[in-house]
Amino acid sequence: MLNAITLLLVFQLAGEVITRALALPLPGPVLGMALLFVTLVIRGGPGKSLHDTAHGLLGHLSLLFVPAGAGIMLHTDRLAGEWQALLAALVVSTLAALAVAALVLSALLRRRGRRP
Amino acid sequence: MTRHDFTGLWVYLSASPLLGLTLTLLAYLAAWQLHRRAGGHPLVNPVLIAVLMLVGVLWLTGTDYDTYFDGAQFVHFLLGPATVALAIPLYGQIERLRRMALPLGLTLLCGATTAIVVAWVVGGALGASDASLISLAPKSVTTPIAMAVVEALGGLPSLTAALVIMTGIFGAMVAQGLFRLLGTRDPAVQGFAIGLAAHGIGTARAFQISAEAGAFAALAMATNGLVTALLTPWLLPWLSRWFA
Repeated sequence: MLNAITLLLVFQLAGEVITRALALPLPGPVLGMALLFVTLVIRGGPGKSLHDTAHGLLGHLSLLFVPAGAGIMLHTDRLAGEWQALLAALVVSTLAALAVAALVLSALLRRRGRRP
Repeated sequence: MTRHDFTGLWVYLSASPLLGLTLTLLAYLAAWQLHRRAGGHPLVNPVLIAVLMLVGVLWLTGTDYDTYFDGAQFVHFLLGPATVALAIPLYGQIERLRRMALPLGLTLLCGATTAIVVAWVVGGALGASDASLISLAPKSVTTPIAMAVVEALGGLPSLTAALVIMTGIFGAMVAQGLFRLLGTRDPAVQGFAIGLAAHGIGTARAFQISAEAGAFAALAMATNGLVTALLTPWLLPWLSRWFA
């Protein structure tokens, strides 16, 4: 497990260093994920320890958003003035993005399924 | 314990990271219990409940967010390695990803554009200020990307962080109801749509649907981060010209 955690941190660090050095519009951990994915493709999959550690960490992914979520308390004043417009925009655009993604992907996969 | 002892203890505890960290875990465990009791119903969202409980406790005890975050940052830090770890479930779907690359790419472009344009048009029509609209535009992608995009465009990054979290919670809460209305049953399609529209919080929800849905959500979250980072600076000048 210690090996697996170290490996995840090494890939995160590599991601941070590369995004900063090349001024990429991406956070380091996202590039780290891409680098680890490519490594897994080359090496033919994760070992048991990495597999188990990753699933343990992702099992409570929701928990990791709680500290940032509590930061909402800093914005009560700013949100107070425009909350109706912001809330409506957030609700409608999120529903629209979900619906467009689900319908477009379903339609494309169905079309492909009809061809042999 | 005398009143003096209690004050001394409170002064000590409120200055140590232990309290913020423990409170975060306690709030989450309580929220998780409620979520489980409700049969994992998406409307009983554990992030939302834990955040509401924490904000309530911080407000009642007069603790400011920075003091709380001194402790909570240890949990927050794990977001980095957890994001890297998403490569593992993603690798589990590699055969399907290879076959579906083109449909996934097209869906990504349509979904990312929809999220940005609809947010701008609806918010603008209802009178939101330009700074708020800029801060809202990339709200469907993971917090660090959204904040970096907004900072470069002259919005308010800290407002963006709050809007991103609210989007994630809302998306995770409504997605399955919407899929039922639309007749979307394929877990890969469901996962991809949730990850695209509702980033990591949506991805956490998708893992509760199935490992397959979670892997496609992780893929959508990662690739939409890139697409939105590139699209937003290019789309906003057009939007502000057409819908000013």
